[in-house]
Amino acid sequence: MTHWIVAPVILPALLAAFMVLATRGNPTVQRTLSVAGAVALVAIAAGLAWQAGGGTVTVYLLGDWAAPFGIVLVADRLSTFMVLLASVLALPVLLYAIGSGWDLKGRHFHALFHFQLMGITGAFLTGDLFNLFVFFEVLLIASYGLVVHSGGAIRLKAGVQYVVFNLLGSTLFLFALGTIYAEAGSLNMADLAGRVAGIEGDGTAAIRVAAVLLLLVFAVKAALVPVHFWLPAAYAEAPGPVAALFAIMTKVGAYAIIRVYTLVFPPELEATAGLHGTWLLPLALVSTALGMLGVLAARRLDRLVAFAVIGSMGMVLTSVALLTQEGVAAALYYIAHSTLATAALFLLVDVVEERRGGHGVRIEGAPSFAGGPLVAGMFFAGAIAMTGLPPLSGFLGKLLILDAAVASPLAPWIWAVILGSSLVAVLGFARAGSTVFWKSREVDMPDTPDTEQDDAVPAHLQRAGPAPRALPMVAVGTLLALLVALTVFAGPVTAHMRATAAQLFAPEPYISAVMSAQGKELDSHGDEYEGDVAATEGGSAESSGGSGEGY
Amino acid sequence: MELLVSSAIGILTAAGLYLVLRLRTFPVIVGTALLTYAVNVFLFASGGLTTGAPPILRDGVETYADPLPQALVLTAIVISFGMTAVVVVIALGAYLGAGEDRMNDTRPRVDPARGEPGE
Repeated sequence: MTHWIVAPVILPALLAAFMVLATRGNPTVQRTLSVAGAVALVAIAAGLAWQAGGGTVTVYLLGDWAAPFGIVLVADRLSTFMVLLASVLALPVLLYAIGSGWDLKGRHFHALFHFQLMGITGAFLTGDLFNLFVFFEVLLIASYGLVVHSGGAIRLKAGVQYVVFNLLGSTLFLFALGTIYAEAGSLNMADLAGRVAGIEGDGTAAIRVAAVLLLLVFAVKAALVPVHFWLPAAYAEAPGPVAALFAIMTKVGAYAIIRVYTLVFPPELEATAGLHGTWLLPLALVSTALGMLGVLAARRLDRLVAFAVIGSMGMVLTSVALLTQEGVAAALYYIAHSTLATAALFLLVDVVEERRGGHGVRIEGAPSFAGGPLVAGMFFAGAIAMTGLPPLSGFLGKLLILDAAVASPLAPWIWAVILGSSLVAVLGFARAGSTVFWKSREVDMPDTPDTEQDDAVPAHLQRAGPAPRALPMVAVGTLLALLVALTVFAGPVTAHMRATAAQLFAPEPYISAVMSAQGKELDSHGDEYEGDVAATEGGSAESSGGSGEGY
Repeated sequence: MELLVSSAIGILTAAGLYLVLRLRTFPVIVGTALLTYAVNVFLFASGGLTTGAPPILRDGVETYADPLPQALVLTAIVISFGMTAVVVVIALGAYLGAGEDRMNDTRPRVDPARGEPGE
């Protein structure tokens, strides 16, 4: 059995713990270790994705306990792709944090960053619903630390709202898990796939309740519209690199929806039939519209990008809610695209905020700043990608989603909302970009006579900081280059996404790989337990159903 | 017993939800704590309610308590305990930083009626 599957979880965990314990107050060592860890994570994730690319499902039994009893990690195309995306995002974001000095503005940035990565990769890899909850908590508790990194009253206040909202989400998750366990007697996703399908009669009502609760929990994570209120404040007030890393957090929710609603509650399951079409799809369309309207209405750049996140998540979930192979494949492409695009934009907003002095990120004219054209050009590229204009990957992603939606009965609505909201987003980004970057010189003119008495100039009119440093701009450039690569290699990437979606909609190999993985013999550790092997195996098979019967 | 446990879960949840909808941080935190208690009891009951049975599976034993919910609830208790501690610390930081503990507004504002809050 290969141990590499567990490496994306273990490596950040050990590294983070080591950094907290052994390298306190030594930023150089911390930075070196942190970057080395992120590079290693990219390499491991790429290896896993390459291994799973052929369609093999690799199962790792934690503690060598066999599947329905122990916790399993599963590396299939979807999970390895998401891990690769997370690690590819983390490296430039980390470089930006180091280059811009954000990592030293508070304590333990690197440790929290790696704990966050551990939670994210674990959530992608796990094959057990309760373990998914645990990894959600790991990534959330690290994110609580990161949201309030470097402190400040406004940031702490946004942090409280974020934490409380997510605590409620976690509580709801546990209620859903309790209901599922009470009805099905298992929390292993592959095991549940068979058990849930076999539930009949009164049990279907409880299963439907659990499915709705789970959908609600994942919708909170994915910032779907009625439960999106935590996102704008938290993402806007969080430090730039943290907000950029959080670009993958909403996708964890989307991943969980894709995984659970293809494997445990597949579209043909009677108890939960119609859930995605009746609820998820309309809400996702409302998210798309509301997010892009928020882009148009925003008066600050960071809020603008935060609302773009909501809009793009709506786009992703619209495609997911179709629950067809084409829909999921398009959603996966759009997930990769929007993660990189929002991360690049959040980093650029942070660059702008640092350069514009007292004007901060408000969308208003301000004195031009050194390096402005470069930043403006990058913002332009990021905005093109985000709003889905050609030639960048957002355009291709939207095209794939529109194409996948043709067969849906709601196709006219989907087309109208996506195309209309794209227009609104273009307007919003164009207004923000032209105000921030192009109107700068007009405001600069009345400001010039005052330059000899710089002290007298009020803070919000002062000329802003020095030219952007190299490393942060390289990091943003890397993210934009990845977007270009996603566009240029769209053929192979979409082919991989189609294969991923095909694997999701034919879950038999996944289920049999998990359920047939051989762990240690179940009675090998029980000292006072003297049953013979055959009897124990019979007994354990019984007891695995026993909880359901006992109820 | 089922009636007692389920009504306890219901009352805890209702009280928790009511408190979570308050505008000040302190009741909200107490509300989340009540909700986590409710969910812990709920998880505990998800394996079925038994009294006086050992949480062990072995051959030929007819009555046993399902051991898995007990493991789950232990994990959930530890996590919710840690989360409550974190939210208390962050809320205290926010209160001491902003001088007020309203939940509903991310912009600090000066309330003339209240004046400067005492530290």
